[in-house]
Amino acid sequence: MPVEGPSIGFDFSNYARNQFLGERMNGLPRATSTGTTIVGLKFGGGDTGEEEGICLGADTRATGGPIVADKNCEKIHYLAPHMRCCGAGTAADTEFVTNLISSNLELHAYSQGRPARVVTAMTMLKQYLFRYQGQVGAYLVLGGVDSTGAHLFTIHAHGSTDKLPYVTMGSGSMAAMAVFESSFKQHMTRKDAIDLVARAIRSGIFNDLGSGSNVDVSVITKNGTEMMRNYETPNERGIKSRNYKFRRGTTAWTKESIRSLIVSEEVKMTTGAGKTQDGVLDVPVPIGKGPGGEEGMDVDA
Amino acid sequence: MNHHPGAWGQPLPAHAQFDMFNPGQSYRQAPKAAPITHTQQPLVTGTSVLGIKYEGGVMLAADNLASYGSLARFRDIQRLHPLGKQTVIAASGDMSDFQWLKKELDSILREENGLSLTDSHPSLSPQHIYDFLANLFYARRSKMNPLWNAMLVGGWDNKKNESFLGFVDLLGTTYSAPTLATGYGAHIATPLLREAYEDKAGIDGKGPLLTAEEAEKVLADCMKVLFYRDARSINKYQTATVTSEGVKISDSKSVETEWGFAESLRGYGAQNQ
Amino acid sequence: MALFDQRPAYAHEPTVAPIEHRFSPYSDNGGTILAIAGADFAVIAGDTRQSEGYSIQTRYARKVWQLTDNATLATNGFAADGKNFVKRVKQRLEWYEHAHHKPMGLKAIARMIQTMLYGRRFFPYYVYNILGGIEEDGTGAVYSFDPVGSYEREACRAAGAAQSLVQPFLDNQIYFKNQTPAPGAEAFVPGRLPMATVLGLVVDSFTSATERHIEVGDGLEMYVVMKEGRQTTDLTDEGQLPAGMKVEELGSMGEGRGEKTFLVSMPLKRD
Repeated sequence: MPVEGPSIGFDFSNYARNQFLGERMNGLPRATSTGTTIVGLKFGGGDTGEEEGICLGADTRATGGPIVADKNCEKIHYLAPHMRCCGAGTAADTEFVTNLISSNLELHAYSQGRPARVVTAMTMLKQYLFRYQGQVGAYLVLGGVDSTGAHLFTIHAHGSTDKLPYVTMGSGSMAAMAVFESSFKQHMTRKDAIDLVARAIRSGIFNDLGSGSNVDVSVITKNGTEMMRNYETPNERGIKSRNYKFRRGTTAWTKESIRSLIVSEEVKMTTGAGKTQDGVLDVPVPIGKGPGGEEGMDVDA
Repeated sequence: MNHHPGAWGQPLPAHAQFDMFNPGQSYRQAPKAAPITHTQQPLVTGTSVLGIKYEGGVMLAADNLASYGSLARFRDIQRLHPLGKQTVIAASGDMSDFQWLKKELDSILREENGLSLTDSHPSLSPQHIYDFLANLFYARRSKMNPLWNAMLVGGWDNKKNESFLGFVDLLGTTYSAPTLATGYGAHIATPLLREAYEDKAGIDGKGPLLTAEEAEKVLADCMKVLFYRDARSINKYQTATVTSEGVKISDSKSVETEWGFAESLRGYGAQNQ
Repeated sequence: MALFDQRPAYAHEPTVAPIEHRFSPYSDNGGTILAIAGADFAVIAGDTRQSEGYSIQTRYARKVWQLTDNATLATNGFAADGKNFVKRVKQRLEWYEHAHHKPMGLKAIARMIQTMLYGRRFFPYYVYNILGGIEEDGTGAVYSFDPVGSYEREACRAAGAAQSLVQPFLDNQIYFKNQTPAPGAEAFVPGRLPMATVLGLVVDSFTSATERHIEVGDGLEMYVVMKEGRQTTDLTDEGQLPAGMKVEELGSMGEGRGEKTFLVSMPLKRD
């Protein structure tokens, strides 16, 4: 009888493998992380007459260590028509986990014949993340409106969740939470909610080095979802003082060889089952008459 | 020769090298003396301190708690300390190091004060005290025996007729800014302080500064948020103001907090009841 | 009486006990510095952000220091070491002036900095230094150092957080690496660019580093050291400086030969 390992429970065999690989290589590969400020809050409702909804916000900086990998990335991910999810942590994980759950939510909606609820998305996300024991590094702010009202959750990579009226996540979470803790009010108007979310994101952008560039905002109510991409752009790059157009011929070469990439070929036009068509000529394009003309493409233009 | 593994690689003193008749005893390892220990971790600690410049002065704030690990051990500790008529220091970090520092500084100030009575001796300006602290903290870190504090120095320079605000920590790192905070406050209070300051003075700081009332309000706001979010804080704090008039340290005060929203919170997921 | 000394052998050894290392005496405060030499001037620049981890400690901290009329030093790395190192350098320069009744020359300052850094070989100043100024022969010069004193005279050098972003740009634009001169044109010579070009390159280096490095930003200070005879108008004239600069002439620090130092500053992005 072969000795079999346990068929249930966690399998940590990859841990030893990763340690081994980490020692052999110069450390394990580093993933692009969205050192991030993401926030969300509930607004409206109560007896104010203001429509109940969720306002989500995110900055647009993605980093790899101290280097800015993307100056204008999108961190508010689509889940369903009435649900959005902000992602912090490992960029690839937030992208894939939201994509996966988005697909599953759509299948779920078809099989049930009604839109999925926000708690369903939250449960699917937390169960998926728990299975991976924090190795899938997605830290999420989930918001949406369903038949039971407006809902807002945070989901940590290990699978824990929180349900609160205002939440923040990412490296800028403390800067953003400071703004919420001092200015959040129950039952805000839509406009006040957007203003406060933008202010919280700005707080992250200017005080947290992991966050930067622009403010993205999304508002979800039962009447629809509005995605305000680059709602504020407080960090536009100024014009460079010099221009760096190089003289043609600046780059040295050791060998010049010009070859025609178009090999003469004959194309027989056919219609239906292999019949040739009369009067159609096959004209090969001669080199030098392509998009770049005689001298090739002008890269500087 | 001593072939015991404990002696491998050890240089032998001259007279022990040829003692082949008494191999086991001729050379013994020096017994390990107890390591020289320095402050390697803070014990009784104070959390963040805050500071902001305002029109005509500078204002500092610190709560009254000295924690022992996660225990809220001493709940009536003053972490603001006046040094003469122009300067206040505020300390976070190890409270015993802070108390020792107060004693040292008070003794220096007494001596300086004595000199200034008999001579045309200049009194210590905030800048002088700050430079002394920066040199002391840097010297101690260089001896690998740090004073485990992050301090703010606030003051009014009577000669230049302007306010002073500086930071120094256990590494000897120093810097100045119109708003400063240590510890958790650097993450939570700094964004609020900078926002309040820049809303009025502009990002270049050339506009009008906050009034004393406005400064007090924004500090109270920060202390409230810190009380909400810093597990080592307490809702009992003091402020110190330094103006051309001198130093004022307030009585302990607290901020109004709001917990009503908790009533309607249910669980962390699908729970409704 | 050593012959009859009956103390055990180990008693002659000093009892050295290990000091436990839990406390780390270093920190990294981010930022970037840069210097470029011209034929008769040098530009020494640094950003003004001081950070630790993901926090901005202050948006204005000085990293570039005027030492004499013809020497300016930029420091980068651990800020406390930087400040204290500059303090000691200035003290040595003052002693030198008292002893010799003249300011120390640039080459001598460079060698002094080497010995001062190497003096702390086993507890180094965690600081990258770049020294720029006017040499005794009137040429613009840049010296760059590693934390323990290895140094070299160069036409340009970037150091600090964004060194890996800026130095390749400088290699291309100052040393003309990977650039072939036009057929029949003169060969490129590094260190001969006009001041307006150099200042433009410095500004673009920093605005670009600000875009792509999280620890660079807030403000830029460029110290321009000019050989005697060059005029303020070389900086203030139309087209010499990119738009939005503040220019300030710094007073003489002693008995130089009439070199002038200017501080040119501008804001950088704050995110």
